[in-house]
Amino acid sequence: MTLSFASLTLVRSRKTVIDAVSASLEPGTITAICGPNGAGKSSLLMGMAGLLRPAAGKVDLDGEDLARLHPRQRACALGYLPQAVEVAWDMSVANLVVLGRLPHRDSGEEAIARALAAADLEELATRPVSTLSGGEKARALLARVLAGEPRWILADEPLAALDLGHQLAMLATLRAQADCGTGVVLVLHDLALAMNHADRVLVLREGRLVADGAPEQALSREVIANGWGVTSNWLGEPGSRALVIG
Amino acid sequence: MNGRAIMLLLAAIALALPLSLLAGRVWLDPTDPHLRNAAVILIDLRLPRALLALTVGAGLGAAGAAMQGYLRNPLADPGLFGIAPGAALGAVLSFWTGWAATGWALPLFALIGAGGAMALLALIAGRNGGIALFTLAGLMIASLAGALMSLAISLSPTPFAMSEIIVWLMGAVADRSWREVWIAAPLTLAGIALLLAAGRSLDALTLGERAARSLGMEPRVLQALMIGGIGLTVGAGVAVAGIIGFVGLMVPHLVRSLTDRRPSSLIVPSALAGALLLLVADVLCRVLPLAGGELRLGIALSLIGAPFFLVLLLKMRRGLA
Repeated sequence: MTLSFASLTLVRSRKTVIDAVSASLEPGTITAICGPNGAGKSSLLMGMAGLLRPAAGKVDLDGEDLARLHPRQRACALGYLPQAVEVAWDMSVANLVVLGRLPHRDSGEEAIARALAAADLEELATRPVSTLSGGEKARALLARVLAGEPRWILADEPLAALDLGHQLAMLATLRAQADCGTGVVLVLHDLALAMNHADRVLVLREGRLVADGAPEQALSREVIANGWGVTSNWLGEPGSRALVIG
Repeated sequence: MNGRAIMLLLAAIALALPLSLLAGRVWLDPTDPHLRNAAVILIDLRLPRALLALTVGAGLGAAGAAMQGYLRNPLADPGLFGIAPGAALGAVLSFWTGWAATGWALPLFALIGAGGAMALLALIAGRNGGIALFTLAGLMIASLAGALMSLAISLSPTPFAMSEIIVWLMGAVADRSWREVWIAAPLTLAGIALLLAAGRSLDALTLGERAARSLGMEPRVLQALMIGGIGLTVGAGVAVAGIIGFVGLMVPHLVRSLTDRRPSSLIVPSALAGALLLLVADVLCRVLPLAGGELRLGIALSLIGAPFFLVLLLKMRRGLA
């Protein structure tokens, strides 16, 4: 189920935040969206999730215009994880994960059990969300998305509040999903994580796509210099590269 | 968990209802075969009064649970949407014009007032279904209706009309008949049905508006269900009983810990707990020895509700709520 967008233009508060961006993403891979602050990363992800109506262009899900899909159909296919979710009511982890089944309108007990297992939350299922650590809460929110068994996972900075160990654990969970055929798109600030864990990187700057390709090409020294305005060097071998600034 | 809460509340209502029929200025002894006018007191006075308390309480409780889910705020109250002041304005105008003296006019005027507030709310909130704008629109309507009510009271054609308006605004289910039950019950049930239909969307809102939309929640559909649901439950309640505050705020808090805390799970238990609260409060109003007549139900609920609200605020300040 390909997720593609052609000449996609998004406008928020009368400002063009995404300007004629085109790409076609394949399932079974991890795509990272990178760029400096205000580049339009979160807006592009929201556009891909069907949460922003395109001012021009369109988003296609397997050839079908996303805007024409019923919200429930869209919600079943695309699992969107926003940045910094606050859970309004102090429910248990299991009840939080159940929310992922809302678009399916079923109990989805097996899917919920699989999601809890994938996020390593089985022992925390009855714990109230308010008692979870930052890492546990991030896993619970991801499990909510996994419970919906979407064809695409679209996550906005899912690793931002996590320590190194939890970042790698979550990336392993997402890689396992990609290996099962799910498409994964992540907004990432940490370029080293994008370099080492993504299959493809889209780099945005001021709403425009300035690089698109394998991490080694899309996050080259030149792209980083133009996009972030810093000189940098990649050290180490592919798969375990470290970024040195200056 | 929710099933147990519902059974518990139903059992409490089943216990409280017959007791409420016996309690009052004249205590009915069911074992006394010679009690005069017992059937009239029971069937024409106490039964409709008890059923009306149950109906209005159920509507306000369900509306409060839905409002708190919609606004993701445990301090939200159905009054925030301006529908109760709208209905009260309609009722005040029926007193002002003198129509209140004729049969169905008072509840009809109040329902028209609630309908007007609902229409204005939908018109101002617009097409995007944004919750912040919607809430501000509700506050504006509440403020406008309140100002118009004050104007109507200050320009009352007679001191008698002014007195009637003020007493009516205090809220009560005393001296009501089956007519009020027939008006309020179907509208309240329809309103609760709309709020239940909004349950999945309210659950999705637990994660915030953006995540809720990604789960298929349609803001405009939810907004319409909320306007309809709150409008019917609160509008019907005000039309037959005047302003009774704090029920919608208090009740969801009292039953939340008995549920799995999803907003959809809270609506039915809140309706039942609201019904029970109003029934018991009305009995207390009836039996409390008070010089000069009965304590008004609206005043009693405010006397209980205001300290409850304060405790809630203090708990939230300590990060315990």
